[in-house]
Amino acid sequence: MAGTGTAHLRDGDAVLRVEDLVVEFPIGRHQTVSAVAGISFDVMPGETLGIVGESGCGKSTTGRAIMQINEPTSGSVVFQGRDLTELSPEELRSARTKIQMIFQDPISSLNPRRKVRDSVKDPLDIWRRGTEQERFDLVDSVLEQVGIDPARAAESRPHEFSGGQCQRISIARSLVLDPTMIICDEPVSALDVSVQAQVLNLLEDLKAKYGLTLIFIAHDLAVVKNISDRVAVMYLGKLCEVADSDDLYARPAHPYTNVLVESIPVPDPEVAVTRAAAIGEPPSPVAPPSGCRFHPRCPNADELCSTTEPEIREIAPAHYVACHHPNVTPVTIGS
Amino acid sequence: MSGQQHSTQLQSDGRVPDGTLLEVTDLTTHFRTERGLVRAVDGVTFSLARGKALGVVGESGSGKTVLSRTIMGLLPSNAVNSGSVRFAGQEVLGLDAKQMRHLWGREMSMIFQNPMVSLNPLMKIGKQIQEPLHIHLGLDGRAARETAEQLLREVHIPEPTKRLDQYPHELSGGMRQRVMIAIAMACGPTLLFADEPTTALDVTVQAQILELIGEQRRERNMSVILVTHDLGVVAGHTDEIAVMYGGRLVEKAPTRELFANMKMPYTKSLMRSIPKLDDPSHTRLLTIPGRPPDLVNPPKGCRFAPRCAYARDKCLQEEPPLVTADTSPDHVYACWYPVGSPEFRERDAEIMATITTGVELGGTR
Ligand SMILES: Nc1ncnc2c1ncn2[C@@H]1O[C@H](COP(=O)(O)OP(=O)(O)OP(=O)(O)O)[C@@H](O)[C@H]1O
Ligand SMILES: Nc1ncnc2c1ncn2[C@@H]1O[C@H](COP(=O)(O)OP(=O)(O)OP(=O)(O)O)[C@@H](O)[C@H]1O
Ligand code: SF4
Ligand code: SF4
Ligand SMILES: [Mg+2]
Ligand SMILES: [Mg+2]
Repeated sequence: MAGTGTAHLRDGDAVLRVEDLVVEFPIGRHQTVSAVAGISFDVMPGETLGIVGESGCGKSTTGRAIMQINEPTSGSVVFQGRDLTELSPEELRSARTKIQMIFQDPISSLNPRRKVRDSVKDPLDIWRRGTEQERFDLVDSVLEQVGIDPARAAESRPHEFSGGQCQRISIARSLVLDPTMIICDEPVSALDVSVQAQVLNLLEDLKAKYGLTLIFIAHDLAVVKNISDRVAVMYLGKLCEVADSDDLYARPAHPYTNVLVESIPVPDPEVAVTRAAAIGEPPSPVAPPSGCRFHPRCPNADELCSTTEPEIREIAPAHYVACHHPNVTPVTIGS
Repeated sequence: MSGQQHSTQLQSDGRVPDGTLLEVTDLTTHFRTERGLVRAVDGVTFSLARGKALGVVGESGSGKTVLSRTIMGLLPSNAVNSGSVRFAGQEVLGLDAKQMRHLWGREMSMIFQNPMVSLNPLMKIGKQIQEPLHIHLGLDGRAARETAEQLLREVHIPEPTKRLDQYPHELSGGMRQRVMIAIAMACGPTLLFADEPTTALDVTVQAQILELIGEQRRERNMSVILVTHDLGVVAGHTDEIAVMYGGRLVEKAPTRELFANMKMPYTKSLMRSIPKLDDPSHTRLLTIPGRPPDLVNPPKGCRFAPRCAYARDKCLQEEPPLVTADTSPDHVYACWYPVGSPEFRERDAEIMATITTGVELGGTR
C-alpha cells in the first residue's frame, strides 16, 4: 500500500484478528517513527501467515505488538475472541502462554549460564504445571521432538550447541506450554541453507502434530513461500498485498511485491540475471511520503498516488491489493 | 605441515601465466586450540584469472572465511600455514603484516558480512573512505575528498556530498554496505573478497549490491571471490564456483557447468536444501542429515561419508582425490561414486523406492 482498509479480513473464527494496528515510537521531542501505520490481518486456525517486506518496514514491530511487547498506539489485537490490548497485566500474562514468539538470534535468546534442559523447563516452572517429574518428562519429550538429545541438553549450555541446534532448543522452549500460536521472527535468517531446511521441515512437522497456527516473518521470499499458506507484504508500516502463497508469487499485483519477487536470486545460472532492481532507497518512517507510501519509488505512480492513499480491495478471489494501479487488471468479483 | 620456506619479500619471478592473478597450492591453515589442532583449511588448490569472479560455497564452518583471510594474510597468532599463495606471480604466504600492508587496499581488499561492525561508528563516512586513499595513494585534502565523493557516486549513494559528513548510524543497512564497497574499492584493488556481503540484507538491496560488485568488476577488470552458503546467490554473479566441505575443496567448475553437471552428492544436497520459488508452497525440503565434521578429528576417508546417502565401504576408508570430470576439463571433484555413476544410480533407485514425497532425487538435473 501502502494503504488502509479491511476488505481482506475473513468471516469465521480467526485465531487472531488484528485491526487498524498502529505503533508509533517517539524519537526526540517532537518526532515519531511511524513503524506500523494502520494494518489489519487475520489468521485462521492451523494457518501459516507469512509477513515479508524490506528491512525497517515494521515486521518485527507488528509481531511484538501482537504480543503486547510493543504497546500498540491504537487498534485491536483479538486473540481467541479477546482483545489483548484491553487485558489487565495479569490476564495478559496468562493469555501470553498461548502465543509464543521465537527470534532470529537463537543463541542470545537462551540464557548462556543455564543448562539447556532447565531453560526449556522454565516456562513450566513459572506456571507451576504438573509435578517436577511431569515437567521433566514433558521437556524431554519435546526435546526429542525437535531432535535434541535430552541427556546432552541436561549437561550442556547454549554455546556448546550449533546455531541450528539452538534454534531447535528455542522452538522446544516455545512449545512446552502447548501454545495455540507461534510468531516466528526471522527464525532461519542466521542459519546456513542446510540447517535452514532442517528447521523449516521441523516447523511444518510440529505444526501438523500440535495443530499450531503460525506467523512467519522473514525477508527471504522463497523461504516464506515454502512455509506459508497466505502471505502479507508490508511496505513502510503499511500492508500492500495479501494472497495465498502460490497465487501471490505467480501473480504479484502490487508494484512493490513485483519488485520483491523479481529481486530474488534464482539458483540457476541460465536465468539468474537480475531483472528489476529496486528503485532507490526506502524513505524514512519519520516523515513517510504522502498518499501511497510507495509512490516515490513506484513505476506505476501518478498524481492520484501522491495525494490519496489506496484502500485494500479484492482483485481476484482471495487476492487483495492496496494500489490504485495494480499490475493485474482487476476482475469483478461476484456482486 | 610441509614446513615449506616462503620468500620473505615481494619478488616477481616473471612467470605469471597468462591472465592468472591468484594461484593457491596445497594451502593449509590450522589453528592451535585447547581441544587440539583445528584443520580449518586443509590442502586447498585453485587458481583465479584476472577479471573473473569465483564463488566459494559451503556450510557454516567449512573454512570459507579462513580461506579468504589466509590469502589476505589476516590470521590470528594461533594459526599455522603451509602451502603457497601466489598473487600476481609473487609468493605472499608468510609475509608479515608490514609487508602485506603494501597489498591491502591497493591490491586486495575485503568486504565483511556486517557493515555496522566493520565501519567505525565514531568516524564520518568521508573520513573513513579518505583514510585508505591517504595511506595507499598519498591523496590529501580536496583531492581525497573529491575522490571519496566520486566513489560514493559510483556505488550509487544518493546525495554523496551530504553523506561524506554523516556517521554510519545515519545510513540504512544497504547504504552502509555500499559504503563498505566504496572503501574496499577506494584504491582500485585487483582482487576483492566479498564475504557474505548480502546475507543480512533484503532481497532488493542484495540484488543491487551484487549488481554493483559485478559492475565494478567489469569496469576495473578486478577479480572477485564471493563467499556465501547460498548457491542461489552465486549462480548469477560468478564465473566459477568452488565448493568447500570440512576444510577441503570438494568440487570446482565453471558456474554453468557446475549447475548442469554436479558431481558431488554434497553439492547436490546443498542445492536441494534451498527452497525453490518454482515449487508450490509446503514442498518438503530435502535436508542433509547430521552435522559438518569436527575439524579437530575429521572422519577418515571421505569427510562427507557419515552424512552421505551414497557412501559405501570404500568412502569410509579412502579419501577420494580431486579428479577431472568427463563433462569439462575445468571441472574437478572429489568423490568415489559421483552423480551419474552406476553405483550412484543404483543407490539412488533404492532411495527413490523408500521416499514417498515425490521429490526428484535422480541425477539428471
Ligand atoms: N524502540 C524503537 N524506537 C524507535 N524506533 C523503532 C523502535 N523499534 C523499531 N523502530 C523503528 O520502527 C521501524 C520498524 O522496525 P522493525 O524492527 O519492525 O522493522 P522490520 O521490518 O522488523 O525490519 P528488519 O527486517 O530489519 O528486522 C524502523 O524504522 C525502526 O527503526
Ligand atoms: N581463530 C580461530 N581459532 C580456532 N578455530 C577457528 C578460528 N577461526 C576459525 N576457526 C574454525 O575454523 C573453521 C572454519 O571457520 P570459517 O569461519 O572459515 O567457516 P565459514 O565457512 O566461513 O563458516 P560461516 O558460513 O559460518 O561463516 C570453523 O570450525 C571455525 O570454528
Ligand atoms: S501505483 Fe500508486 S498506489 Fe499503486 S503502489 Fe504505485 S504509487 Fe502506490
Ligand atoms: S566419496 Fe562416497 S561418501 Fe564421499 S561424497 Fe562420494 S559417495 Fe559420498
Ligand atoms: Mg525485524
Ligand atoms: Mg564465514
